[in-house]
Amino acid sequence: MNWQDLLTAFFGDAHTVVRTGDLLSGSGTVQGQTVAVIGTTDHAPIGVELALAQARCVLDTVKNFPGRPIVLLVDTQGQRLRYRDEMLGINRYMAHLGCCIALARQRGHRVVGLVYDQALSGGFITSGLMADACYALPDAEIRVMRLPAMARVTKISEERLQQLSESNPVFAPGVQNFVAMGGIHSLWQGDLQAQLLAALQAPLQGDVRAADGELRGGRKLAAVVAERVRTEAIPA
Amino acid sequence: MNRSFAESTARERLQYLLDTDSFQEILGPGTRMVSPHLALLGVPSSFDDGVVVGRARLGGQSVLVAAQEGAFMGGGVGEVHGAKLVGLFQRALTEKPAAVLVLAESGGVRLHEANAGLIAVSEVMRALLEVRALGIPVMMLIGGANGCFGGMGLIARCADFVVMSDIGRLSMSGPEVIESSYGVEEFDSRDRALVWRTTGGKHRYLTGDCDVLVDDDIEAFRVAAREALTCHREVTLEALEQEHAMLADRLDRFGQCTDSAQVWQALGIADPRAVPELDARGVRALQTHESELQA
Repeated sequence: MNWQDLLTAFFGDAHTVVRTGDLLSGSGTVQGQTVAVIGTTDHAPIGVELALAQARCVLDTVKNFPGRPIVLLVDTQGQRLRYRDEMLGINRYMAHLGCCIALARQRGHRVVGLVYDQALSGGFITSGLMADACYALPDAEIRVMRLPAMARVTKISEERLQQLSESNPVFAPGVQNFVAMGGIHSLWQGDLQAQLLAALQAPLQGDVRAADGELRGGRKLAAVVAERVRTEAIPA
Repeated sequence: MNRSFAESTARERLQYLLDTDSFQEILGPGTRMVSPHLALLGVPSSFDDGVVVGRARLGGQSVLVAAQEGAFMGGGVGEVHGAKLVGLFQRALTEKPAAVLVLAESGGVRLHEANAGLIAVSEVMRALLEVRALGIPVMMLIGGANGCFGGMGLIARCADFVVMSDIGRLSMSGPEVIESSYGVEEFDSRDRALVWRTTGGKHRYLTGDCDVLVDDDIEAFRVAAREALTCHREVTLEALEQEHAMLADRLDRFGQCTDSAQVWQALGIADPRAVPELDARGVRALQTHESELQA
């Protein structure tokens, strides 16, 4: 779904979201509640400028509209793979974006992530995955790497990977796999406005993704292992 | 005596970095908490899944610590590996140690468990930032041969304090990945001098992405880490505005540069070509940014 149709589904005409380069920013009002919208479009590569521009929008929301919910719209091909970005320290720019989102949450802003088109590797970690909860549209694409490339790197045949991916959601692309792993809370189908409203009002439970992954069978060990490290007694 | 950080295993690093015999491992190899996914792919697993976590003392103070083992899958973050890091930070929330130390050596997300690794990295970031919000400093020590890339590069820059050796590397995408996407003209991954001058400890120190640059010596890391125990930086709106202004200024000043050496020149270093030949002390003497410590 393109971002214009998505925003219309959320807000009708009651939004000011504009596209500047690959950046989406503005606000929308739904049932009397105004929310900030921050995101990217056109499978944007997240380079230093775009990471910084999104961080600016988050900081402005925190500064000028305390408590205003933030919706992060994700459509990215991942971090930009250029020499210049690495030279300038792109990991710090992206981490800064992640820290800004975490700050917004800590200061009481509800943050909802939505993968509406494509979410790849690093570009996803410091946006949607830093939200209180991240959702996806059913026809969105989420992946780290396609199977042919993964086969080359891991030296495991593509056929074998394909076969294994049918019963194990841990490495293969696909939104359903990310739901099973707990990284995506749920898929939004049908009335998108109702889904957005429900997400904005859902009770906050901290980071429940490992527990969800266990419940859904995609990550059977993450919650158990974290719990053991968190609580296991160490002789004094 | 100089004991190379880069050439040591994760467990050796912990042994010599922390107070003598103070390290107590949590979920050690005896528990055989291995990756459930690697065996399915026919890949050997490790009893600690490539990361050692536990409690120890540093300069007499209680710390929680994690050390990634680069020799196992390049330190890649899989489901169990990531969960051990998450659990350690969550433990810090109740245990309130003097600091949390991560000896990071990782290529980032472990491809064999890519989806679990990707989510885990964000879980670590969230837990880490909760620890910082309590006023507990988080420190990254980077000096392993595999560097600190991808998701771990992101995690590293969420910390209060970064210590690197000149051998250590900190970045996002590996040079090989960039080369395979845009060609050898974009980034020649076999040009070692270029790789280190772009991602290595010296460059990161000169631009301020690393707080202290040390020699490849575990004792030097120990001294720097001990001094950094008091270096908590509060994550506030003001602090992130400052960070933002610094990053914007960096783009303005160096955005047109096409090589790290040009960045060093723009920083006012008289002879940028000499930088790769300098030792850590020589680079620290260039004083391009204010460090709270002079190790």
